[in-house]
Amino acid sequence: MAKDSKLILDPLADNNPITIQVLGICSALAITAQLKASIVMTISVLFVMGIGNVVMSLIRNIIPSKIRIIVQLTVVAALVIIVDQVLKAFSYQLSKELGAFIGLIITNCIIMGRFEAFALGNGPWRSFLDGIGNALGYGVILIIVGFFRELLGSGTLLGYQILGDPIAKTGLYSLGYENNGFMLLAPMALIVVGIIIWVQRANNPALIEEN
Amino acid sequence: MEKRTDKNIYTIAFAIGMVVVVGSLLAFVASSLKPKITENKRIEKQQNILYAMGIHENTESSVAFVADDKVGEEFSKYITSQFVVNGSSVSEDTEAYLIDVKKEQAKIKNGGQRRLPLFVGEKDSETFYIVPIRGKGLWDAVWAYIAMDQDMVILGAYFDHKGETAGLGANIKERFFMDDFIGEHLLDSSGNFVGVDISKSNNDPLNSDKIDNQVDAIAGATITGDGVAAMIRNDLKLYVPYFKNLKN
Repeated sequence: MAKDSKLILDPLADNNPITIQVLGICSALAITAQLKASIVMTISVLFVMGIGNVVMSLIRNIIPSKIRIIVQLTVVAALVIIVDQVLKAFSYQLSKELGAFIGLIITNCIIMGRFEAFALGNGPWRSFLDGIGNALGYGVILIIVGFFRELLGSGTLLGYQILGDPIAKTGLYSLGYENNGFMLLAPMALIVVGIIIWVQRANNPALIEEN
Repeated sequence: MEKRTDKNIYTIAFAIGMVVVVGSLLAFVASSLKPKITENKRIEKQQNILYAMGIHENTESSVAFVADDKVGEEFSKYITSQFVVNGSSVSEDTEAYLIDVKKEQAKIKNGGQRRLPLFVGEKDSETFYIVPIRGKGLWDAVWAYIAMDQDMVILGAYFDHKGETAGLGANIKERFFMDDFIGEHLLDSSGNFVGVDISKSNNDPLNSDKIDNQVDAIAGATITGDGVAAMIRNDLKLYVPYFKNLKN
């Protein structure tokens, strides 16, 4: 039992997919300019990884190893397309907001990485937990990065103006504060992720690799 | 001994089986959900057209459409006629709003004639001429519904996009950007069509100057902004003869 809970908890910190395994960096840079986009992406990945890991685990013994990457890709792509179609039919507005992420989910290397590293060698229940854990670990970083980028870049959180109105110069802006537009560009996401990695490793020297 | 799953024949059989299973599953899902998706797209178009002419449920800074279950009713109440402009002929067509602008644009490439939909709306005894336009942003398509009066002054605009960057180009569908277009002139002072430029240097962030043919750009979204300006220039220009006729 203790081992099972480790599957969920480890990826949140000490074996985080972004900061430790360095997977899923591309989407972490692309979509974290807003907190809302980060949250939506987290939920989507949670869903696809949870189910995808179970499917891969169930068919792990019958997959020919020569084409296993193609099989993995097909499973993710099929799942994502089904989710997309169902959303379009029953929650059209949400599906429009997700539109840009659909392609990013398919190419998200965390999903393929966990299929390859875990689901192919473990049972469905443990694979499910591993999928959920890694998706949450991914989500935590996304939300932290999204929080700082939206707050410092646009002065808003989830679209609400936190620091005042930049055009009418109220709140913090009346004191001469300006939004840092650079925060909205992808390079700053990399720097924020870098800072998170730095803080995490400074707190836990066991994570630092030896040369 | 070689494992059963390593044999070539097994690999090929597995691949074929997988393609058949996944293919039929996706085809089944897609065809069973299709009527519902088509209906949702129809509702969205009606909502967008009504939004452009100012019929929405916006609060202070949000974008809110007429509710899904009311939109059909409101649409037939406010949209008095729909036309298709085809070269020099203008014909009435009650289903003009279903015309796919993307497909019409493709017809030009094949040397065909493009049908231009146009919707006429009445609200508070004011007449709105609403047209759908489409262009390219940074990553993918951008499109809009522009409501104008007979002098081609913009009365309302709704922008949307397929995949512009969240927080940057995606902001074209935010109120602070769309509302800037209201009142903007598409013609210059001598009546020639110039469109509306998305400018980074107009020094008018509150957009109080409505006859400069410029609105303030979004920082960090230069290519999306240029795409929007090009879309307005190229697509709205096609309607200029219609508006010239209207006045004569």
